[in-house]
Amino acid sequence: MEANAEFNRDIRELELQIDRLQELAQARGLDAGGELKALESKLAQLKERTPRPLTAMERVQLARHPQRPFTLDYVERIFTDFTELHGDRAFRDDQSIVGGWARLDGRTVMVVGHQRGRDMKENLLRNFGMPHPEGYRKALRLMHLADKFRHPVITIIDTPGAYPGMGAEERGQAEAIARNLREMAALRVPSISVVIGEGGSGGALALGVTDRILMLENAVYSVITAEGCAAILWKTAEAKEKAAAALKLTAPDLVELGIVDEVILEAGGGAHLDWDGTAENVKHTLTRHLAELAEMDPEDRRRARWTKYESMGSWQEPEEHTT
Amino acid sequence: MAWFRKEKRKLTSAARREVPSDVFEKCPECGEILYRNRLSQNAQVCPACGHHHRMEAEGYVELLIDEGGFTETDRGMKSSDPLGFFDLKPYPQRLAAAERKSGRGDAVITGYGPLEGMPVNLAVMDFSFIGGSMGSVVGEKITRAARRSEREGEPLIVVSASGGARMMEGVLSLMQLAKTSAALARLHEARIPYVSILTDPTTGGVTASYAMLGDVNMAEPGALIGFAGPRVIEQTIKQALPEGFQRSEFLLEHGMVDVIVDRRAMKGRVAAYLRHMLGLPEPAVEKSD
Repeated sequence: MEANAEFNRDIRELELQIDRLQELAQARGLDAGGELKALESKLAQLKERTPRPLTAMERVQLARHPQRPFTLDYVERIFTDFTELHGDRAFRDDQSIVGGWARLDGRTVMVVGHQRGRDMKENLLRNFGMPHPEGYRKALRLMHLADKFRHPVITIIDTPGAYPGMGAEERGQAEAIARNLREMAALRVPSISVVIGEGGSGGALALGVTDRILMLENAVYSVITAEGCAAILWKTAEAKEKAAAALKLTAPDLVELGIVDEVILEAGGGAHLDWDGTAENVKHTLTRHLAELAEMDPEDRRRARWTKYESMGSWQEPEEHTT
Repeated sequence: MAWFRKEKRKLTSAARREVPSDVFEKCPECGEILYRNRLSQNAQVCPACGHHHRMEAEGYVELLIDEGGFTETDRGMKSSDPLGFFDLKPYPQRLAAAERKSGRGDAVITGYGPLEGMPVNLAVMDFSFIGGSMGSVVGEKITRAARRSEREGEPLIVVSASGGARMMEGVLSLMQLAKTSAALARLHEARIPYVSILTDPTTGGVTASYAMLGDVNMAEPGALIGFAGPRVIEQTIKQALPEGFQRSEFLLEHGMVDVIVDRRAMKGRVAAYLRHMLGLPEPAVEKSD
């Protein structure tokens, strides 16, 4: 996977080199024909070995890539005037979830998202992006605030999952997640979620009950990690490749299953290689969906959200109806 | 030196008591040998120590709904294997085996009927059907029960027993958490009572959606209730969990459930809560001569 991404980058760099050489040759009136030809044939050779499409497990690894942009990296690039809010008003400020007011093209929105850390020190603070109940309660507090002042809610999903620890259980991890699901379903303002990396089960969904669900090209969203699923169903974590493929957790899979509304392309061979370009794409797509949602009547919008979630799933009706 | 040698004698146990497995059951809590019929008549609660044995889903229907009043809905609804899931066995094969064993299409019974005369909608999960896991069918049936409650203005009661979301339906299972919670959001706004009854075990996605969202959360004694399973937590924190962790009594202490109810008294307690929420009068006390 890593090789694959690097391969894409090699192509891009070679193209850049050719461009530069051409510019240079033109500017100085030199003949770079020979060298240009050599570079171009090298590029053609590289392109011929077109990289195969990524496997599901490779996408999982990309989604977890430590150099991918995280929530605050996107916030910085997409929004202006970000003013962070802290705490659940009950227990503590869980820093694995960040949130606050921000502006999208001047318009106020509430942004809430999981936040991972890039190094060990930061990860200790952010708990590797794995929230405790107080994180979900903070998120809900901010979303209610948005509802109160009639501003849209934008959530950014990027977590391995809710933290499975003793304190989390004692303080009601399940209740916190459940309440978020119910309350997000009831919001009267437009809401959009964007899965930017790993969408890890209930811990991800607790920020994900929204009018629109958008997902980056190399992000994943799953009921369980590929490793966890492999360990339970295949009895060995070695089967993670098979499990990842079977779980249908990639963005294109989720569009096909009718869960995700739109896949956002990552710029330049992957978000980890081009933060600005990818953020630009996210901003563009967000803006378009928000404009659509803003035009709807609030009650209709909420009903559409309910209908959307009610239609999720796949089952066979009984032959004879008893109702 | 032969006189030092102790004569070897084989260890023998007292004559093994044969307990026919279909007539008697040993209580895992107190060790009492229980006559199965007697256990059934006692709602699968040990008469000696009060331990709550797991009870099959039909048992809860019988326990909660007035005799003969239950109408089942969507009994034959089945999973359609949306992902074409195949691990060591194909998912349809697992489904077929579970169906043969339980005689129903998936892990929940839904329907409606009177509870102490009050019309209610009832869903009871079946842990024996692939660990009571929630896939599309469970999500849809719970959602339909909630929607019927809303339409008819009748309370909803859900008895949970589940290991969580069903992996074999991938993210569609995960979305059932959102789907059922959205249906409960509507019920909540319509001010229709919802009683959640948590039985052993209720974990994962079911706890993180409808099981925790009751206007009353009632738990059976000693039930395992949590988000993450105990093994996952132990692996994460690298230490053993204390005795009683994630049991009903622990949840009551931490404010996650309203009450722990003995199964034999459950119906009366549910009725009492419902009458309060519905604004119905206290029933007249029956006088015994």
